[in-house]
Amino acid sequence: MFCDFLLALAFLTNFSLAVSGRINKVIQMAVFQGVLLGLMPIAMGLGRHFHILLMALAAIVVKGWLIPFLFRRAFKEAKIQREVDPYISYPASLILCALGTGLSLLMAQHLPLPPDTPHPLLLPASMATLFTGCLLLVSRKKAITQVVGYLVLENGIYLFGLLLVEEMPLLVETGILLDLFVGIFIMGIVIHHISAAFDSMDTHNLSKLKD
Amino acid sequence: MAWYLIILPLLAALIAYLIPSDTWRIRLLPITAVLEFLGVLIALRGWGTAPPTSWLALDALGGWVMLIISAVFMICSFYVPAYLALRPERPHRKFILCFLGFLSMASLVTQARHPGLVWVAMETLTLTTARLIYFNHNPRSVEATWKYLMIGSVGIAFALLGTMFIAYSAHVGGVRDPLEYQNLMGKALQLSKPWLRAGFVLTLIGYGTKMGIAPLHTWKPDAYSETPGVVGALLAGGVTSCAFLALLRIYAILAAAGEIRFAQELMVGFGLLSMAWAMVFMVRQVDLKRMLAYSSVEHMGILIFGIGIGGLAARFALFHLAANALVKSVLFLSAGNIHRCYASRQLPHVTGVIRRTPVSGWLLILGFLAITGMPPFAPFISEFNIAAAALSGKSLWLGVLFLVFLGGIFLAMSDTVLQMVLGTPSARRERTPYRDTVPLTAPLVGALVLALVLGVWLPRPLSDMLHNAAARVEGQP
Repeated sequence: MFCDFLLALAFLTNFSLAVSGRINKVIQMAVFQGVLLGLMPIAMGLGRHFHILLMALAAIVVKGWLIPFLFRRAFKEAKIQREVDPYISYPASLILCALGTGLSLLMAQHLPLPPDTPHPLLLPASMATLFTGCLLLVSRKKAITQVVGYLVLENGIYLFGLLLVEEMPLLVETGILLDLFVGIFIMGIVIHHISAAFDSMDTHNLSKLKD
Repeated sequence: MAWYLIILPLLAALIAYLIPSDTWRIRLLPITAVLEFLGVLIALRGWGTAPPTSWLALDALGGWVMLIISAVFMICSFYVPAYLALRPERPHRKFILCFLGFLSMASLVTQARHPGLVWVAMETLTLTTARLIYFNHNPRSVEATWKYLMIGSVGIAFALLGTMFIAYSAHVGGVRDPLEYQNLMGKALQLSKPWLRAGFVLTLIGYGTKMGIAPLHTWKPDAYSETPGVVGALLAGGVTSCAFLALLRIYAILAAAGEIRFAQELMVGFGLLSMAWAMVFMVRQVDLKRMLAYSSVEHMGILIFGIGIGGLAARFALFHLAANALVKSVLFLSAGNIHRCYASRQLPHVTGVIRRTPVSGWLLILGFLAITGMPPFAPFISEFNIAAAALSGKSLWLGVLFLVFLGGIFLAMSDTVLQMVLGTPSARRERTPYRDTVPLTAPLVGALVLALVLGVWLPRPLSDMLHNAAARVEGQP
């Protein structure tokens, strides 16, 4: 029950990510979603496995504390304006996000799940989150919102990973989480260099190289 | 031995970062490369004997790729000291750290037997190499780094999803054993087909982005053109080979599951698309390094086309991996030398290379002839055999298209290369102090000689290994 509640919240955060106009709001939403999904394994009743509990805690710490810290730092150093600056309007983003969610529900019906799957909403929620991540990646101008899109994309993959959480070894899970953290850390550094070189974080500036 | 290959470069990277002396830090690079290459040779003696349960071991396929990567790495690392001497203004502590970090991760990719572990290593490899692209520290290189990092990370996120789909196909099919390539191939018939197919498409997109097959190659021309030639050589010969290997591992599972037709059609389609795309962008290309980047797109296309045709062509696609990596390092390094000499990589500034820097000029011409498939260099053998296999296959027109694209690319490339190499150097262009020296050209000559030797003679142990690797790719355990 609690599990379905969390998934419904994840769907709602997707919509609110699509319409948020303030950068810090978008970051907050993505972080909130990360923590939400970090709670999922416990809600699914997997808390009895020690290594799963450990991974859930690590995910919450990384996504709820370390990554927001990196974002805050990039945000402060970069002296950026507060608006998200999308290429498409917010209503259009919302409609696309809704379409993506609908498509995910449809697609999830066509992939065969084993008959005793306890959480049938998990698969569509994961696809919808993936879709939202992609939407943020391609429709926003600021480099930092693209990083948020990447984070949301990873949230979607994490959600799918919960289907197999009992089969992934601890080493691999740790590696995935560590790569996410280091990846965002390095993206933060590059953002710093972008704003130093161009005095703005707009990816418009990054179009000198072409044929 | 498995751990030696991973820990040695990692340890060297750490030492390189901590050591205060510049000269010793630079010397560390060729020393590590030679030790690693020897380690690979020793590890390869046991490629058939590794216990199937171990997490890390070189099999024929991984061993072949690791051999190529360590050879290319050795060539690059002998070139780096002379190159860095040309760029005294740039600090190189982190550059060498990441250079060695790349080798460590590449050896993890080639040895890992768990698809999740391969993914983790590939992602770390992306993050390490991003720092190499940023070597020049100017706005253009920031742009190239950002594109490489974002496109690469998103692409590889799809590969992770694909890997999970494949794991889930085993879960749905009731395979309860640990997730491991050998295991998955052995029980391939039990895997759930829809999940397996969806997983393959996602991994093809994901690792295809890292390989740079069209239309997922958009980071490639930017990254290769804004980075030193030596990094280009490492990316074109090393990073792409790792991604290709990761893709082949998944392809082998599909082949073992009896879904090879589906996978082959996708591979052939993307292969031809990459060649066509590269050809279009190589016509009237004025930038030497961008042209080489498109040539890399083309050769990634040849690789997956060959795998898609299957049989003999698959074996020669694996051979082509080595041929391409060696000749690409000749091309990228000579392009780097020419860039240093002219302070430009573009027509019409770069003309008369053969008069200004004869050795690099000749190496560029020979490398160009080799890569476009002139005998007796190694790419000729592989391109000829892939074309022959395609022509004698079920649909003749695939082979015809392949040959048409090869011909078109030869013409497009020769136009630019000949304009650069021949002619008289423009008098208005100011002269840089650059001169061809032995340390700047000997590694290239070595790579070219290796490509020549492979073109006429493949040692028996290597050909056995190739046979075994190709059989594995086609799904035989």
